[in-house]
Amino acid sequence: MARAVVTLPAQAKRGEIIEIKTLAAHPMETGFRRTQLGELIPRDIIRRFTCTYNGTEVCRVDLHPAMSANPLIAFTTVATESGTLSFQWVGDNGYTVTEIASIRVE
Amino acid sequence: MSLPISLVSTESPMTTRREFLLLAAASLAAPAANAQVDPNLAASRKAAFQAALRKIVGDAKVQRGRVKLQLPPLIDNGNSVPLSVAVESPMTDADHVKAIHILTEKNPLPDVVSVRLSPRAGRASLATRVRLADTQTVTAIAQMSDGSFWSDSAEVVVTLSACLEEGLI
Repeated sequence: MARAVVTLPAQAKRGEIIEIKTLAAHPMETGFRRTQLGELIPRDIIRRFTCTYNGTEVCRVDLHPAMSANPLIAFTTVATESGTLSFQWVGDNGYTVTEIASIRVE
Repeated sequence: MSLPISLVSTESPMTTRREFLLLAAASLAAPAANAQVDPNLAASRKAAFQAALRKIVGDAKVQRGRVKLQLPPLIDNGNSVPLSVAVESPMTDADHVKAIHILTEKNPLPDVVSVRLSPRAGRASLATRVRLADTQTVTAIAQMSDGSFWSDSAEVVVTLSACLEEGLI
């Protein structure tokens, strides 16, 4: 069920700034909405997103209920060396998704 | 239930239209009473925003500039508002942006998103989508490596608020 999409260039020049777009499938339930019977729907959100580039953390994001459903996070990083980028989303109710992408740097 | 007009037969075992409407109105009124808007909501939201701001910047002074926050000025649907923020910075080891925070004045919780950056980011920028509960001011605060804080804010008009029936001012 849990899915995520990551877009980044497959290859880049050394030192180039690349843009990475990430999208996770998640309802991001705020905890402020009510059902038709008036009961609060409990909060269920992604709390943290991290991106590591060959083991080094390059971006860390704290998310709050005011993020839209299916949160989009687009950021930049410097293409330093060929290798793998790992993306991890951690949230309420044991939600964990990890995506891995590779990049070739010339 | 006795009805003043005798057109409606009181002996009828069926629920009359009038009785039904009265019942329906009564059942609707009960939950509506619970969902009364707190009269001090505006003040409490303002206090929450100030508290969130203090938590980020401490006693430091926040200066305007260097940060560019972009939001559409008129928003049809507050559930998904494209937001982008960019900070002028060389992003070197000596001078870079450590974090970018987005805060709102009138959402139930002032915090929206916080990003921690390092010189590895290359450029201090972020694009995302947020929820906005009301017409309000959105603020972006950038924390620099030298300890200074810079900010930018954007006024937005929201016509359909993000999934909140109650608590709007």
